Amino acid sequence: MADPRPVPFRGGGFRPVQKRGVGLLVFILLIAIVEWGTRAGWISSLTLPRPSDVARTLIDLWQSGLLFQHVLPSLSRLAVGSAMGVTAGIGIGVLIGLFSLARAGLVPLVAALFPIPKIALLPLFVIWFGIDEGSKYALIALGTFTPTVVATFGAVDNVDRTLIRMGQSFGLPWLSIVTKIVLPGALPGILSGMRISLSIGIILLVAAEMLGAQYGIGAYILEAGSLYDLERLFAGVVILSALGVVLSWAISRIEARMLRWRS
Amino acid sequence: MDLTIQGLTHRYDAVEVLSDISLAIPSGRIVCIVGPSGCGKSTLLRMIGGLERPSAGQIMQLGDPPPDCLNPLTFVFQDFALLPWRTVAGNISLVLEDRAVSRQDRADRIADVLARTNLSDFAGALPRQLSGGMKQRVAIARALAVNPAVMLMDEPLSALDAQTRELLMDDLVGLWTRTPFTAVYVTHNLSEAVRLGHRIVVLSRRPGRIREVVGIDTPLDARDATDPELARAQDHLWHLMREEARAADAELAHG
Ligand SMILES: Nc1ncnc2c1ncn2[C@@H]1O[C@H](COP(=O)(O)OP(=O)(O)OP(=O)(O)O)[C@@H](O)[C@H]1O
Ligand SMILES: [Mg+2]
Repeated sequence: MADPRPVPFRGGGFRPVQKRGVGLLVFILLIAIVEWGTRAGWISSLTLPRPSDVARTLIDLWQSGLLFQHVLPSLSRLAVGSAMGVTAGIGIGVLIGLFSLARAGLVPLVAALFPIPKIALLPLFVIWFGIDEGSKYALIALGTFTPTVVATFGAVDNVDRTLIRMGQSFGLPWLSIVTKIVLPGALPGILSGMRISLSIGIILLVAAEMLGAQYGIGAYILEAGSLYDLERLFAGVVILSALGVVLSWAISRIEARMLRWRS
Repeated sequence: MDLTIQGLTHRYDAVEVLSDISLAIPSGRIVCIVGPSGCGKSTLLRMIGGLERPSAGQIMQLGDPPPDCLNPLTFVFQDFALLPWRTVAGNISLVLEDRAVSRQDRADRIADVLARTNLSDFAGALPRQLSGGMKQRVAIARALAVNPAVMLMDEPLSALDAQTRELLMDDLVGLWTRTPFTAVYVTHNLSEAVRLGHRIVVLSRRPGRIREVVGIDTPLDARDATDPELARAQDHLWHLMREEARAADAELAHG
């Protein structure tokens, strides 16, 4: 008789669990390494600025009030542009999801628009909408529109058809089926599409501001870059990263609130 | 309100699914439909409920639905079809919101059907918090809320385990005994059929035709598992179905 042995364990894994603070730790570790390297001299000041100097630049920006002069215009451009793009995207996406004619007519158009690098169109937008805010809104709107459309009609397609049949079998009017069954069912997909759209919005915001703006985070970074002022360049980059993190956190909050019905 | 099905035939493209079905569904009775897999039971039920059009034949409605009936032909689905983002009460409210029903009447109806299905304590629960049997009771409550003239049930218990199924069958018998309703009840399970059916319609394999209609006269609340008459009826049904099921199986296996 052979010896009894425990059955080897081979399950587990493949299931994300929440680990608090690990993300923050990675950030702190990276910054500490750079700080150490720049102080010890094995990272030259031409390669990377010292993180503490970047922090001081940010504090100066804050104290001089310049921070808000740059951040507020950027935020309003992002808000207006992406509100236009996301609203239009959800509207068109729902139309494509609901009507075969809209699908046949618009899906090829969206497929044609999607891969265009929107930044390449900026000169055209400047002619159409003017050098001021108009062209920036248009660029951000177009950039957030296409991913929102694709995410939305995919989400509408994935709504459980038996729920729609159920609505019909109880004689619900068409509009109620759309607003009470289709839209709430598509909401998870629409929200995850918005994550992508808003990140693209930030990228386009900076690109537009680099090409012609007096104030804005993009303008600030461009000016710092042309002077080879690494501290200010990185201060601008930090602001952008922070913006990305805040937006992503905001969407997570919305998801947690509106999608409480999912386990 | 009675229903009669006259010479109903249906084809999906070239495949004939149902062939010349004629059947009466009398008011206040439960008609069970049994038959081998793929014989067109669900298709027949969707046609009775007006979710699909037959290729030939028709479904006639005799008499008017009762005056307080909001949705004469009402389905109960196998997979419950509850909106996961609405509470139990919200799911029932869904089918009343677009009707000319006052706010107070709506609340009364919801409270009434929740009480009849023993769900009053769970009005605020979300579907994911409920067991399968409770979900199906919510779906039954939702169907009762519109006061249907005919309930169309497509294998309503087959997603549930055996014990829950027994309990829900008792619930259905109780509901029917208190207020008799009309139902067309599709099932695979012959013991469900003899427990709940006043008439049991046996369909042949595809294309589905009526092989036989078995009537059981024992009142629903007097039926129990040890009743020899029911056992005989179930045996007879199984005898009718065995050959069909075997042949259908062989056909499916050979594509
Ligand atoms: N929309 C459809 N298009 C084409 N064929 C279909 C469609 N719906 C059902 N069928 C076919 O019609 C036949 C009958 O289907 P139906 O679902 O009515 O059978 P059923 O008796 O309910 O089967 P089960 O017992 O497995 O539920 C099947 O062969 C099925 O493949
Ligand atoms: Mg079926």
